[in-house]
Amino acid sequence: MAIEVRVPTILRTYTGGEKAVSAQGGTLAQLIDDVEASNPGVKERLVDESGLRRFINVYVNDEDVRFTGGLETAVADGDTVVILPAVAGG
Amino acid sequence: MLIIEASIRDSIVAHARRDHPDEACGVVAGRVGSDRPTRFVPMRNAAQSPTFYEFDSVDLLRLYREMDDRDEEPVVIYHSHTATEAYPSRTDIGLAQEPGAHYVLVSTADGAHEAGPVAFRSFRIVDGEVTEEDVTVVSSYAEVDDAAAHKR
Repeated sequence: MAIEVRVPTILRTYTGGEKAVSAQGGTLAQLIDDVEASNPGVKERLVDESGLRRFINVYVNDEDVRFTGGLETAVADGDTVVILPAVAGG
Repeated sequence: MLIIEASIRDSIVAHARRDHPDEACGVVAGRVGSDRPTRFVPMRNAAQSPTFYEFDSVDLLRLYREMDDRDEEPVVIYHSHTATEAYPSRTDIGLAQEPGAHYVLVSTADGAHEAGPVAFRSFRIVDGEVTEEDVTVVSSYAEVDDAAAHKR
């Protein structure tokens, strides 16, 4: 078993065009590190020094991680993680 | 070039007028790879602001799941400017994260929310670079297909 991470169009340049990758970890932070290990460059697009980037949304089993602990959100085998860039502007 | 049906263009303009002076936003989804915007989906501006728009994060997930299920993508992403011209702001450019989409801007500035023409323009925004494109409004896509079939 593993955790499925669904990747938005704009990040598929890092996944060889794949819409989803599978990875492992106990927290979202570890999961992102694992994704980064096989898809270098992704992490930089998701996090900065203060945590998850403001205009990137990450959902674990449909819950926005902003409300569940951010990068410390627990993840487990069988979970589905969705990454979506915010649609926003001025 | 963006080809769009008049009824969809009118729906976008009506949404912008309705939400003035706050910015209105939404997408027009279409079949993946078709470049044809067919399903008008007005979204809630979670920022409720005259100078900023953002899809609510729960609505965003629902929208993308729905599009996935229907084999659709956001062919058009639209929003309004309510006090400035229909051209991408620096924020719009910095936050644009759908390189395949037509970014449609409408302006309800200078009284256009009440009467008169509403500027309706379309742009590609890729890696911070803005390219304006022509907008062709058709009464129906069938018309375009017929014309293309005729040429063949």
